[in-house]
Amino acid sequence: MPTDRPTVPELVQAVREFIENEVQPALEGSVAFHTRVAVNVLKIVERELATGEALRAGERERLVALLGRDGDLDELANELIEGIRAGAMSVDTPGLTDHLRATVMAKLAIDNPRYKSYQRALERDT
Amino acid sequence: MAQGHEALAGGLTRALARHLEATLGAQPEVTDLARLTAGAANETWRFDALGNGERIGCILRRSPASLSGEAAPETSEGASETNLGKAGEAAVQQAAREAGVAAAEVLFVLDAEDGLGEGYVMARLEGETIPRRILRDPEYAELRTHLAHDCGRTLAQLHSVDPDRLPALNRMGAAEQLTRYGEIYRAFGQPVPVFDLALRWLADRRRDPQRLAVVHGDFRNGNLMVGPEGIRAVLDWELAHLGDPMEDLGWLCVTSWRFGEIDHPVGGFGQREDLFAGYEAAGGGGVDPDAVRYWEVFGTLKWGIMCMIMTHSHLSGMARSVEKAAIGRRVSETELDLLNLLT
Repeated sequence: MPTDRPTVPELVQAVREFIENEVQPALEGSVAFHTRVAVNVLKIVERELATGEALRAGERERLVALLGRDGDLDELANELIEGIRAGAMSVDTPGLTDHLRATVMAKLAIDNPRYKSYQRALERDT
Repeated sequence: MAQGHEALAGGLTRALARHLEATLGAQPEVTDLARLTAGAANETWRFDALGNGERIGCILRRSPASLSGEAAPETSEGASETNLGKAGEAAVQQAAREAGVAAAEVLFVLDAEDGLGEGYVMARLEGETIPRRILRDPEYAELRTHLAHDCGRTLAQLHSVDPDRLPALNRMGAAEQLTRYGEIYRAFGQPVPVFDLALRWLADRRRDPQRLAVVHGDFRNGNLMVGPEGIRAVLDWELAHLGDPMEDLGWLCVTSWRFGEIDHPVGGFGQREDLFAGYEAAGGGGVDPDAVRYWEVFGTLKWGIMCMIMTHSHLSGMARSVEKAAIGRRVSETELDLLNLLT
């Protein structure tokens, strides 16, 4: 089945560009500030639409390896949190913080790739 | 709930006549009234008070929720972890000022007869408060070389305040705060594994403080008003409480308050050694770097939970705003910073 265009990412991009290029320059004060926030929100949406699914698949695969069983992402994430809350897993559990770091890095790639700690971590990894 | 501009100006005029008659005479005037910040728990207004040939630049800080008899909504803008009230806030600010801390002079506290809700009026000071300017403007280049040391001195002075001179402050040590923030976080039903690891780490390493002191509770870049010469005023005293003095030093070092200048752990402008040296030189006592680090971890977690609180106040419909929606996506920033601290 051919994909109808514009696609959802293309529509969101069009709205974001309109606000950024045409609305924002005409505003000042707190409305201008909140409009800048709104543009940033749309950028998050664009990044999540582009890579969110792959990131969730990656998280699930790492959880399967860490917990040693198959399941869907919600199930496995619940098992992880219960393990930590019960004290069965801690910062010393092999593989746990590596998994959490990979998950957090993937989230930051969507939420705020300009965050300094994130950029520093990327530099360290390369 | 919101009082009109003119009603507020009229109310303030009557309050000035009651509280500042000695200075302004019986018929003072209020001019240039303008709101600086709005919020359910806090409103800030600026105005000038005229009378007897005097002109006093003023700031009114008040809790609009107190007007309608509602309790300030504790989850709308950071967790108000104390029930300090505006009168208590004014008392701490004034006591800190008398101990040598740069803080605006409290002129008077509103009372029931004023009919303006809970609040107080202070002298208006001028200076820079925007963190990115403090960190990047050439005008503050020299300031940045000693600001961490100045912060150490300021905190030592604050922590020298005798709590017995103040209205009863809530005791919020590590144990009380662990319980409180743990409960708030878990009630959202939105598990963040790194937060659970941090809560566990903090519970395992909890120590009794060497002493209890009057703690500011939100001493960070963003709540400092500076000039090129130094700190002009410490702002926002509403989270003051009785606690471990090292909490204030740790909170100032939280990565979120470095505004991108992550190699300058103290507020984005300085090094820990300078902060500690300023604290010790001003008689604050020896600083235990591990205790400061403990509170830096705690502060990073608290800021993450505060982001959740703000975003959930939007999601629940209590305070719909795109800004509050967006801040929920800053939780991941604190997760990475926590992992860096814990591993």
